[in-house]
Amino acid sequence: MDAPESCWHCGQPAAESLFCTYCNRLQPPAPDYFRFFGLEPRLELDPEDLQRRYYELSRRLHPDRFLSATPAERRYSLEGTAILNDAYRVLRDPVARAEYLLRREGLEEVSPGRRTPAELLREIFELNEALEAFREDPQAGRAELERTRERLSALREQADAELARLFRLWDERRERRLLEEVRSVLERRRYVSKLQAQLEEALSDVGAHPD
Amino acid sequence: MSAPIQIDFGGAARPPIIGIDLGTTNSLAAFMDLTGPRIIPDPDGRRLTPSVVHCSAEGEITVGEAARRLLVEQPERTVYSVKRLMGKGPADVEQELRLFPFRVAQDSPSVIRLDLGGRRFTPPEISAFILGRLRRNAEAFFGQEVRQAVITVPAYFNDAQRQATKDAGRIAGLEVLRLVNEPTAAALAYGLDKRREGIVAVYDLGGGTFDISILRLHEGIFEVLATNGDTHLGGDDIDNLLLAIALEDLASEWKRDLSEDRVAVQLLRRAVVAAKERLSFVPVTTIEFDYQGRRYQRELTRPHFEQLIAGIVERTLGPCRNALRDAQLKVEQIDEVVLVGGSTRIPLVRQAVRNLFRAEPHAELNPEEVVALGAAVQAGILTGSLQDKLLLDVTPLSLGIETMGGVVERLIHRNSTIPASATQVFTTAVDGQRNVLIHVVQGERELARDCRSLARFELKELEPLPAGMARIEVRFLIDANGILSVSARDLRTGREQSVEVKPSYGLTDEQVEAMILESYQYARQDVRERQVREARLEADRILAAVEKARLDEAYLELSEAEREAVEQALNELLMVYHAEDHLLIRAHIEKLNQVTARLAEMMMNRAVRAALEGNKP
Repeated sequence: MDAPESCWHCGQPAAESLFCTYCNRLQPPAPDYFRFFGLEPRLELDPEDLQRRYYELSRRLHPDRFLSATPAERRYSLEGTAILNDAYRVLRDPVARAEYLLRREGLEEVSPGRRTPAELLREIFELNEALEAFREDPQAGRAELERTRERLSALREQADAELARLFRLWDERRERRLLEEVRSVLERRRYVSKLQAQLEEALSDVGAHPD
Repeated sequence: MSAPIQIDFGGAARPPIIGIDLGTTNSLAAFMDLTGPRIIPDPDGRRLTPSVVHCSAEGEITVGEAARRLLVEQPERTVYSVKRLMGKGPADVEQELRLFPFRVAQDSPSVIRLDLGGRRFTPPEISAFILGRLRRNAEAFFGQEVRQAVITVPAYFNDAQRQATKDAGRIAGLEVLRLVNEPTAAALAYGLDKRREGIVAVYDLGGGTFDISILRLHEGIFEVLATNGDTHLGGDDIDNLLLAIALEDLASEWKRDLSEDRVAVQLLRRAVVAAKERLSFVPVTTIEFDYQGRRYQRELTRPHFEQLIAGIVERTLGPCRNALRDAQLKVEQIDEVVLVGGSTRIPLVRQAVRNLFRAEPHAELNPEEVVALGAAVQAGILTGSLQDKLLLDVTPLSLGIETMGGVVERLIHRNSTIPASATQVFTTAVDGQRNVLIHVVQGERELARDCRSLARFELKELEPLPAGMARIEVRFLIDANGILSVSARDLRTGREQSVEVKPSYGLTDEQVEAMILESYQYARQDVRERQVREARLEADRILAAVEKARLDEAYLELSEAEREAVEQALNELLMVYHAEDHLLIRAHIEKLNQVTARLAEMMMNRAVRAALEGNKP
């Protein structure tokens, strides 16, 4: 479904990706998220600028605007808006955006659970200890669990800060090894999130059935 | 440029698109005027049409207020609150149907058929009768045919419920251009009214459903951030609660169990609903019920009423909190709260909303009309008359497929902006496999059996290959109506792959087609009447145009014989106007058209000349 070289309607080269510059017909949507937004592939994006572009593109592309257009244009509008919405959902979320860019650059998917990041082994061990103690005696175990909770959220903030730094660096230098670093930080961050979810679940289970 | 030239000699104007609120209790239609959205009244001037349908022993259909009156006399032939049955299977509504006076025909596990004294109707057909009534009201109002509509649905309606609503439109002869979520429609009406900006929460408690939607309004874009709700929570639940109490009272006071007496139950239901409605305005009221010469009275105070319904009101708050969480917003970030639905007139409901959002809720627009007004606004957006407005809505429920072990793999998450899509590559498990079955579900639970089954899609006639070699890319697309479609492509050949759809609930396309045909049977009885009415409408148009043309200077340029011919044709048309024969009326319309053809041409030429001369008078 790549954007064709020439306009489906008038046959002229479709210089702009969204609408033909000659006959102004809507063109088949390009599946690339960054290209769709008229952006260079980047890891750092200004959320306000992205939102502005999103609203602007929505106004031009939405099926509401093509109710009485040709069947082809109606289909392109529907498919294009679906891609636009999917793209916005991914690009506005830094983690999803980074994962998307990694795939786009041919780095294999982040694979949580395939291997446990070594630097987290201690955290995992301690969380399990704390959870066990908490389940046995929520009163006495709570303090330890709270400490683990703080440590985990510090770890996640640390991962976010590292990502921010790597995002800037990659946008500047475009070095593949930076993307590999991004991938390993993402993997660690995912794992931390999973531990956090486990912990919150244990806390809410007990919260829901006090004593 | 000069002013546009308009000469209309009986030619129809662009047919209007109407906005319809197809409600549990009442339905109504609106349209977009030059000044804004307006309600379309019925010929008697009423703005609301009760969503009640009656089928007589002769198969005659009555809709609205008249049907509501028949509800008491012939409850077993009268359907109300049919919206609660839309897109459901018989097993889903077993519990609920005990409270209804009508019976379900036991003939299909996937389609409900209501048995009205021997005649069977599916919920979309019943809804189609209501839509048909609104459509005819609109046609009488505009004096021209109406074929297209925007219809609202609860935001929390699933795919089957939406599809059922669309089917109802088709059966009623309406092209449903868009389904709009009710709270979003309300936001459109409000946003247009006040030109608001910021974060708005819409709390919509209707007769049968509850919705909460949170939107960002920004420069004419209405972006839904999150929606949540309960399709089985509303004023009906309050009515049923009061009804149960009254029935219990009667059982002990009169020593009679009236719960099986359908007529008594309907009369009592009316009495408790009236009491409920009064309690929104007065602190104490009496439930009054006269039956077979006996009288039952029971005082009901507002505090007692509030105590009774506290649980129902409380049940709306969970979805509100979930919507806030999904929108990643705190209560303080909500700029305004809008109330929609008749049940938000209840003071306790308002109090609950005020407490939760810590803001005074808005109810300037009539909560029973605001949804229809919003539907008309969306119709205006679709026709291009509101170019700067755009609605971006979301899908309320996650969409997933059943995988090994009955676990759901989510493909499109709830609160994703629609249209939304996802692709998934499927392969075969055994050598030479020709078919792949994909079970699509909607819901937030981990196991497919706890979610709502939407449909089974079958990839057919695959090329026989060793196991795991086939690569079929399946694309799931939720359109702007919130309705799913599925397409598939063979990645090896690039060819489209055929997909057969088996909906889990509701009607297949063929069934809908059959119902459209059947609906003509009911329409036939008023076809003649309608043809006559349409002919008269056309006569009205040409009579008005000729009346106007006679004041034009061009009229004086006609020869005396020509003028006489016009006068005569005009009088003849007036004479046959009240005849019950549409062919006769149409023949005289045609005659008048012919004798005024030269006049129309002359007027056109004058207008063109005037335009060319710089629009001099």
